[in-house]
Amino acid sequence: MIRDITIGQYYPADSAIHKLDPRVKLFATLLYIVALFCFKGIAGLVIITLFLLGAIKLSKVPFSFMVKGLKSIVILVLFTSLFNLLFTPGDVVLWKYGVFQISDTGITNAVLMTIRLIYLILGTSLMTLTTTPNQLTDGLEKSLSFLNKIHVPVHAIAMMMSIALRFIPILIEETDKIMKAQMARGADFEHGNLIQKAKNMIPLLIPLFVSAFRRADDLAMAMEARCYNGGSGRTKMKPLTYTKQDGIAYLIMFLFFAMVIVARIFVPFPQ
Amino acid sequence: MSIIKAKQLVHEFIRRDEEGNVESITTALDHVDLKVKQGQFIAILGHNGSGKSTLAKHINALLAPSEGSLWVDGMDVSEEENVLSVRQSAGMVFQNPDNQIIASVVEEDVGFGPENIGVPTDEIWERVNYSLKSVGMTKYRNHSPNKLSGGQKQRVAIAGVVAMEPKCIVFDEPTAMLDPNGRKEVIATAHELNRKKGVTILLITHYMEEVVDADYVYVMEKGNIIMEGTPREIFSRVAELKQHRLDVPQATLVAEELRKKGVRIPAGILTREELVEAILKVKK
Repeated sequence: MIRDITIGQYYPADSAIHKLDPRVKLFATLLYIVALFCFKGIAGLVIITLFLLGAIKLSKVPFSFMVKGLKSIVILVLFTSLFNLLFTPGDVVLWKYGVFQISDTGITNAVLMTIRLIYLILGTSLMTLTTTPNQLTDGLEKSLSFLNKIHVPVHAIAMMMSIALRFIPILIEETDKIMKAQMARGADFEHGNLIQKAKNMIPLLIPLFVSAFRRADDLAMAMEARCYNGGSGRTKMKPLTYTKQDGIAYLIMFLFFAMVIVARIFVPFPQ
Repeated sequence: MSIIKAKQLVHEFIRRDEEGNVESITTALDHVDLKVKQGQFIAILGHNGSGKSTLAKHINALLAPSEGSLWVDGMDVSEEENVLSVRQSAGMVFQNPDNQIIASVVEEDVGFGPENIGVPTDEIWERVNYSLKSVGMTKYRNHSPNKLSGGQKQRVAIAGVVAMEPKCIVFDEPTAMLDPNGRKEVIATAHELNRKKGVTILLITHYMEEVVDADYVYVMEKGNIIMEGTPREIFSRVAELKQHRLDVPQATLVAEELRKKGVRIPAGILTREELVEAILKVKK
């Protein structure tokens, strides 16, 4: 189950989306999220769905691979939609019991929330799947470099992020290993109530943290040995330059966003 | 000219308690003298805690000497302004392949070192290309390091060091976490770099088989160099090695046992082939 998390992984492929400038992808993701939370009515939803499917198709990342990533958020989605369903007051109340009620607004809200969350995960993981952490960092570093002026260590933060992303699969593997090792020693991760289960996690978490710190120490030394000393004086192996494709991508993004807004204003039904 | 020169090098790890009082002092290097010529393949043998890794970290200026001095490529490592140039001329490959790969794509990791020292973009690509080629990993340049075997990861790490064009590479137990195949890959790569590019290699290990092909061997124990010489000289002193609880290569051991039993075999046999030859000669 723990291996199903695809957020933050990179899926190597040779596609138009992979080749885009990371700044474009970051901006597109941001715009996409905004669109996702401000669309209204079926027309907007159709536009977003088409856009998302088109982007996935273009990226050459298999759809099943993306759906696998959704497994990890099933509980979150169920939880939010259930709350929306049971606690939203509305004009037409279909069912009521104590504080719980199901209303028409509740149903729409629950459905919308589910769609939004799923689309959110799909869209953002599409970005991380098609962008190497290094590119992502470069993109962030460059788009946020204006923060340097107010003494925000942009480079250091970007570096930390990229390293964290690189170590996700390694730490997941390690968690698996420790879990098995502890299970072989009689640890029980599956039975008991929630509190017991949380307590049972201790023999998993402590070795994991210890090893993470050890890794961090090793990595810091390896980086220093390769002359790393912060952002100053560094050159780039893959410097970011906009190409024609990036311009086109920006154009498509703005068109997409404009369409969502237009749909919101002119066809805002059903809700 | 010697590329690495240590003179009476001392390093002490000082443990302090919460008030900053000295709790205990561990001497990891105890007046070590060392001289390595450009282009040599040097092996340093020793058990865990013999100080060999500490020595390696000094050569890369990751640790500073407590006493004595160390010159790498004519630069004093204890001078603050030399640190970066020392690290550039003496690269280092560490034990755990996972913990020294920074990027999530092979070629980006190889480019990390040159990026740090400010090499222009075009030249970074050139360097990445030839480094990957020199370790035979060009095929995997767009792969994620997580999907490679241990030996391959270690070769990527070597390429990352080669891309910085060092005169000398220190291998700090590069094979300790690898399977036999991976071990062979890494050692062969080190030898090839030494032969073809003339890079000075310092191989730190506790596998005797890896030492056999070195030009010169140092044996360390408790922070001291207790033996030094060519592999043949070192391994002909079987009794002395055993006294320090160090193994000798199998072929050497068999030859030694045969010699004890009165078979006339020369001392200092290192490989199986040499042993076979010697035994055949005896038969005649």
